[in-house]
Amino acid sequence: MYLSIIAFPLIGCFFSGMFGRILSPKGVAFISITCVFSSFVLSLLSVFEVGFSHCPTFVRFYPWIDSELFDAGWSFCFDSLTVSMCVTVTFISTLVHIYSTSYMSHDPHQARFMSYLSLFTFSMLMLITADNFVQLFFGWEAVGVCSYLLINFWFTRLSANKAAIKAMVINRIGDFGLALGIFVIFATFKTVDYAVVFSLVPYYTTKTIYFLQFELDLITTICVLLFIGAMGKSAQLGLHTWLPDAMEGPTPVSALIHAATMVTAGVFLIIRCSFLYENSYLGLSVLTLVGSGTAFFAAMTGVLQNDLKKVIAYSTCSQLGYMVFACGLSNYSISIFHLMNHAYFKALLFLSAGSIIHALADEQDMRKMGGLVQVLPFSYTMILIGSLALMGFPFLTGFYSKDVILEIAFANYNLAGIIGFWLGLLSAGLTSFYSFRLIYLTFLSNPNGFKSSMQQAKDAPFALGFPLFILGICSLVVGFCTKELFIGLGTPYWNNAIFILPEHIVIIDAEFLSVFVKWLPFFVSISAATLSFFLYKDLASILFAIYKTNLGHNFYIFVNRKWLFDKLQNELISVSLLRFGYSTTYKVIDKGFIELFGPSGLSKLVVQISRNLSNLQSGLLNHYAFFIFIGVIFFTSISILFALFSIYIEVYVFFLLLVTWLLLLL
Amino acid sequence: MILDQTKYLFVTTFLFLIGLSGIFLNRKNIIILLMSIELMLLAINFNFIVFSVFLDDILGQLFALLILTVAAAESAIGLAILIIYYRIRGTIAIELINLIKG
Repeated sequence: MYLSIIAFPLIGCFFSGMFGRILSPKGVAFISITCVFSSFVLSLLSVFEVGFSHCPTFVRFYPWIDSELFDAGWSFCFDSLTVSMCVTVTFISTLVHIYSTSYMSHDPHQARFMSYLSLFTFSMLMLITADNFVQLFFGWEAVGVCSYLLINFWFTRLSANKAAIKAMVINRIGDFGLALGIFVIFATFKTVDYAVVFSLVPYYTTKTIYFLQFELDLITTICVLLFIGAMGKSAQLGLHTWLPDAMEGPTPVSALIHAATMVTAGVFLIIRCSFLYENSYLGLSVLTLVGSGTAFFAAMTGVLQNDLKKVIAYSTCSQLGYMVFACGLSNYSISIFHLMNHAYFKALLFLSAGSIIHALADEQDMRKMGGLVQVLPFSYTMILIGSLALMGFPFLTGFYSKDVILEIAFANYNLAGIIGFWLGLLSAGLTSFYSFRLIYLTFLSNPNGFKSSMQQAKDAPFALGFPLFILGICSLVVGFCTKELFIGLGTPYWNNAIFILPEHIVIIDAEFLSVFVKWLPFFVSISAATLSFFLYKDLASILFAIYKTNLGHNFYIFVNRKWLFDKLQNELISVSLLRFGYSTTYKVIDKGFIELFGPSGLSKLVVQISRNLSNLQSGLLNHYAFFIFIGVIFFTSISILFALFSIYIEVYVFFLLLVTWLLLLL
Repeated sequence: MILDQTKYLFVTTFLFLIGLSGIFLNRKNIIILLMSIELMLLAINFNFIVFSVFLDDILGQLFALLILTVAAAESAIGLAILIIYYRIRGTIAIELINLIKG
């Protein structure tokens, strides 16, 4: 059963990829959906067995690299963390598969698309079920490849190519960190097996490692390196730029990337390595600061984006920041809870946005929408549910995880916790602001779209609407239903899959916060949402007046261009690296230094010397006489000099000097 | 007798250098070349004699006599070669003796 969870998507991928032409789009859709759905059902069963019955399962499938002391096999580990992720991934993936049958129905390459989707699911399952770091790295890279293939699905579009390459390259930076982290783990623990590594961690807390004569704390080094990997995949501040650009792919892909696969991999890695992070105070602080920074930055950027999907993309980025900083506050269970809740409402938001875009003939600019509430009431309902869940409206899914994260942050009485709390609170406000801005601009404002597209706009057909409906229900009730299971006080569900140092447990402190602090996120969100609604509805003239001022305009440009991160990256890093690559390493070293002292330089030198030597043989008597004379003088002087210097200089050195002079003379 | 040896040595060195520069700088005539060689030999001879007198040792003067005879023989051979060469080539200019170029 456990292996089938992983195998089914691969089978689906194989059949729809290899026999898509024979099977027809409908057959492909049937096969791939069946496969992924079976996988989902089996995942539910495994939740029962592993999660509820507390029977973690380990499957040693096949040896992969089995070399004396180094043992990395295809083995799978199903603990509570893995099965929770499995359910989320396969559930979202099933719905996205169903959605894609309708969304991509006009596309001639639907079979290829379904095959990629299944492969993506398979890769993610490989990543989360891995039993050792090398297998995790396999899944990690496979997810990267699939994201490349899917973002670049419409490969004739230049922007899609660019976005895909960007996603690939930026992820490569993160992967570099992850690979280094795995190397350090292997160098330290002599194994890459989770169970061994994690059980050995407490013995290495005081060990240090030397790098370039710097003495670094071993566990912190590993944590930071792994976090660099997680930064790349989970789009944390600095390596986040690929995420909004990945919107170039088809919308179901965006939903899959943002909700279930890919971006959650980084957070998953951090939660999986809780045993490591718990033993590194600095590592946790880094998580908190970067996470909360990302949450704030992305939420602020989302406020002034005009592309429907980009707003939602930045919201994902911001929510990932929340997850990471929940990890940084040692509350991994809350982080994974938020991850799962987020998967439901983010998939809902993306898929609804996809249905809007589909209805409006691929229009993505929110400024050209408006008034769609009359045309697309179903999509409106779904976006509203998704947005309310996202902004943490009480008793919806997002509320149960997001509010807890903020409470935890406030209950953590250290600097990182306080910074995290205020940034998180601000981003909660900004989140509601941009959610309602999105809703107002898209649905409630005066229609700004083209008449032709508005006339043709129809609400979602069944295959589009059904996943939305399911996700809508999930966004409403899942948080309420599973709160006690996942983050309830003393829940036995996690069963050693997650480790929290006893000193770091603050969930009880969080229970006894003042009522004001507990309500603060709610009030901030509601007032920000109201403010956004009325600003755009009644006070648009004021907004425009602010925009016309110099400062306002600059601010708008700054935020709309994503804090100029891309520009900075391009001009400071890429261009200078390229310039270095051309003028320094290529021109000076490769074509200069190495050529001169390497092949062509030496051969030229030999030719030159021999030409000089043969020029000496002029055939004139007096020249020869001169050479004889010079030679005599030379050897006489050598003997005299030798007699002089032999006291001070070693004989061999003297001869070396002689040979050098001779060569120089030539 | 106190002889200022350096003055004599100076003369011989000077003579030797004249002979040498005669070889180096002469590009026209083989006879001048032979004469330069004679000059150098004589300079060396003079050296021998100077040291012989200075050290009060007869061997140096004997050696000078030997060199004189050798020099005479050598210049005779040289002149003979020169004449044969002139007969064959019709010139004794050094610039044109380029047979020894590799």
